[in-house]
Amino acid sequence: MSKTITIDGKIIPFQDGQTIMDAALAADVYIPHLCHQPEFTPHGSCKLCTVKINGRNCTACTFPASEGQEVLSETQELIDDRKKITQMLFVEGNHFCPSCEKTGNCQLQAVAYHLNMLDNHFPLFYPDRNVDASHAEVMIDHNRCIFCTLCVRASQQLDGKDVFAVSGRGINRHLIVNGESGLLKDTDLDVTDHACSVCPTGAILIKRTGYEVPIGQRIYDHQQIDQVSLATEHHKHDE
Amino acid sequence: MRQFIQCIAEQNHHQTTHLLKMLREIQSRYHYIPGDAIEQLSGLLNIPRTQIISVVEFYSFFHLSPRGQYELLISDSITDHMLGKKDLFDYLAKSLNVTVGEVRKDGLVSLDNASCTGMCDQGPAGLVNGYALTRLDRSVCDQIAALINQQKPLEEWPSELFQVADNIYQPGLLLNQQLEQGDALKAVFRRGTKETLAELDKSGLRGRGGAGFKTATKWKFCSEEPQPERYVVCNADEGEPGTFKDRVLLNSYADQIFEGMTVCAAIIGAKQGFLYLRGEYLHLHDKLQAILQHRRQNGLLGNNILDTNLNFDIEICLGAGAYICGEESALIESLEGKAGIPRNRPPYPVTQGYLGKPTVVNNVETFLAATGIAVNGGEWFASIGTEKSKGTKILSICGDCARPGIYEYPFGVNVQTILNDCGAVDVLGVQIGGPSGTFITNQELDRKLAFEDLATGGSFIIFNSSRDILDMVQNFTHFFAHESCGFCTPCRVGTSLLRKQLDKIVGGHGSAGDIVELEATCQLIKNHSHCGLGQTAANPILSTLERYPEMYHGLTRNISFDPGFDLDGALETARRLANRDDAGAHLAQTESEHE
Amino acid sequence: MTNKIRVATTSLAGCFGCHMSFLDIDERMLQLVEVVEFDRSPLTDIEHCSNCDIGLIEGGVCNSENVHVLREFRANCKILVAVGACAINGGLPAMRNHIPLEECLNEAYLDGIGVENPQIPSDIELPLLLDQVRPIHEVVKIDYFLPGCPPSADVFWKFLTDLIDGREPSLPYELVHYD
Repeated sequence: MSKTITIDGKIIPFQDGQTIMDAALAADVYIPHLCHQPEFTPHGSCKLCTVKINGRNCTACTFPASEGQEVLSETQELIDDRKKITQMLFVEGNHFCPSCEKTGNCQLQAVAYHLNMLDNHFPLFYPDRNVDASHAEVMIDHNRCIFCTLCVRASQQLDGKDVFAVSGRGINRHLIVNGESGLLKDTDLDVTDHACSVCPTGAILIKRTGYEVPIGQRIYDHQQIDQVSLATEHHKHDE
Repeated sequence: MRQFIQCIAEQNHHQTTHLLKMLREIQSRYHYIPGDAIEQLSGLLNIPRTQIISVVEFYSFFHLSPRGQYELLISDSITDHMLGKKDLFDYLAKSLNVTVGEVRKDGLVSLDNASCTGMCDQGPAGLVNGYALTRLDRSVCDQIAALINQQKPLEEWPSELFQVADNIYQPGLLLNQQLEQGDALKAVFRRGTKETLAELDKSGLRGRGGAGFKTATKWKFCSEEPQPERYVVCNADEGEPGTFKDRVLLNSYADQIFEGMTVCAAIIGAKQGFLYLRGEYLHLHDKLQAILQHRRQNGLLGNNILDTNLNFDIEICLGAGAYICGEESALIESLEGKAGIPRNRPPYPVTQGYLGKPTVVNNVETFLAATGIAVNGGEWFASIGTEKSKGTKILSICGDCARPGIYEYPFGVNVQTILNDCGAVDVLGVQIGGPSGTFITNQELDRKLAFEDLATGGSFIIFNSSRDILDMVQNFTHFFAHESCGFCTPCRVGTSLLRKQLDKIVGGHGSAGDIVELEATCQLIKNHSHCGLGQTAANPILSTLERYPEMYHGLTRNISFDPGFDLDGALETARRLANRDDAGAHLAQTESEHE
Repeated sequence: MTNKIRVATTSLAGCFGCHMSFLDIDERMLQLVEVVEFDRSPLTDIEHCSNCDIGLIEGGVCNSENVHVLREFRANCKILVAVGACAINGGLPAMRNHIPLEECLNEAYLDGIGVENPQIPSDIELPLLLDQVRPIHEVVKIDYFLPGCPPSADVFWKFLTDLIDGREPSLPYELVHYD
């Protein structure tokens, strides 16, 4: 009765209703991703998890698995394209890792390491973006936002609030918060909210916790994101 | 204001799905969406203010800061440019003493660009407070400037300023149809809905928006869905630059279109339909409402249509300036009162569309054709056209020709025939299907319009040999960067990168490596974007790069590298502040230019 | 002339931290100088590049002099390498990019606290600032990139020994970091 797909030739079982990403994670197969975490409704926007199914590019985190699919993921072409998509995320924002508290624990950085990204390839945009440090315990550095909407979804789906939203169009997209002044201090965000700790980059940070973990002991200092993802997200997935 | 907002919310039954409608009214009254209005509306609708702000910031026609009491927008389509838009735009800015993109100090007027307003056969065109202006020239601009400076209310402006002509030059199977209201519905009830669907199937009709999905199949899928609540949506968000046929169809064939929607409702079992009308066609709104009212009075809409047990009505929803809403799932999001961001598919709208319910979305022309087929049967339609492209296609022809306007042809017609009919000479090439379509050169004029060869939603822009292809490519590439919804990385970042890379090359600062890079970025966007916008955004570059590689290479300089920005320009501020202009205060763009 | 591989290095808008890190290869430097000879570099005080095999550039481009130096390196080095975060994306100096240059100069030379004899320096000997700090790959063609702030001594070692031994340089996961 068990249905299967293959990912890069490996046979992967799945249940109806599962996406390719669900099936992959459950079978300990890592597909790079940034906007996806198993406990939230899939979004499909970062496009890092693009895989090839019957010659067509599909987003693994949103595409339903179905019997007999032959999925290609770790092809040189897809790896190269994922690197370029990651480079796009770097150049559209202001990602100065040496001055970011998230460095070493940052998923954007870790995916880039995983893909052996050594440069930005594209011209940098250097957009003019703000920092919102108005809240007593949490800050937003808009320079580092990649519009994955994980904070939006965490606030809605886990915290039962609506603190965040992504607004604007095209390259002018930006994160906004639900306070009359437009500042974080006027929202009902609490530092214990899931939304505060879900950011894959250093865009949302809890104040006074930066650099607590010394270099060498940070999440991605010795482990690659694939190992970390499978160890943590596989578990969440089974819950 | 409090009372005004309260009133709007009540009129819309506090329905969030009507958010765009409410915001349109607020924008039209205050010329922006005031923060207080957002606060109040958020309370009245019981939604977070961020939900409202994200809608305001998504659509081009909504603003968080005040625009002029007269909001002037000039269409930036390539066809408007070919008719002298730039010169006119500068003239208008000068005579109104207003900076482009800004509001004049007295708050009376603002001037800005708009993406194609769908008046390509009668441009340069524009919009004033949402209402279409056509055939602009310097004297009309003088007139407009005077009316604005006199603060004359729009209702008192001379009506000829707002005249929109149909320009139907070649009617065919569909445009020649003389039908009475209700003819198609009567035929359906006489024949039976299943039998009508069979006729539609036999007709071979495929969606007229460009993608070409078989209409009967779509309707059949929807009718077979277990969910009983279903919707019919007519996509009149005709935003593809160079397309204006739906504007004409809605102006002169609206009854047949509404009837086609009603036929669809009868077949799939829908009670509610929507006409999603692009905001640029505001001038059609009242006329269409009147036609709907007339149909209700005649028992063709509402309860017990033609004394059968069919209950169905149609609501008109106006867009607010977002090309992406022509994509069916983005359109549905917009109908639901949200930003027009395309959904993940599957599920497709036929299974989960409007409010998650099964929904048929079809183009205006598809419903028109369905009406004809319901009356005349499938064979009437299928006997015309080619094997895989049955029937006729209505084209919006514009650009360099003697008679720009509407032409209807059987599918399979070749491009040269069309060019002869509309009086195009000395043709360099034709952009078929709009910016997202294909550019063909004068060596390919024997190609045929059909799904088998050149598919098109109806846009047909002709360029003669006096034109610079790169002006077109640049215009289209900027258009996509402006219209990208920003949801997915490849399109959001990629379309802006393409704009940058192309401008660099066209500006004479490219090397051979830049062209390789340009093409690589194109492929990345094409292969990885979330929806059709991104997947086709690189087409203007790719289709011309394929046809005119020497043109692109001719622009590049015989150097291995050229910086990505203007080096000497980057010293301008420092020069000014240090009050220097010596040789050491300048930089050559490349080393070869040096000394 | 020797048959040694000639290497030139410089720091543009950088802090010399990458150079310091390079020196952290410690005693391996002795092995290196067996096969490498340094041309223009802060380590040698040679002022201009002659023909070199490898040029290592630390720092981004923040002024006109940086542009001239970078071009001299590009013209003379067969292989040009962007070393460190600043060369690759402008780094910390580029954090001024969202502040208009005029504001930066006004703050530093006119309006800032403790400024005496306020005036914006103007001398033909002084290089002018670019309105934004740029990564070096936007000004000349770059062949290789060594990320890190700074790249560790092992990165330098791995990269140079790969090149010297005729291998295509590559950095394993442990050596790739941006901080």
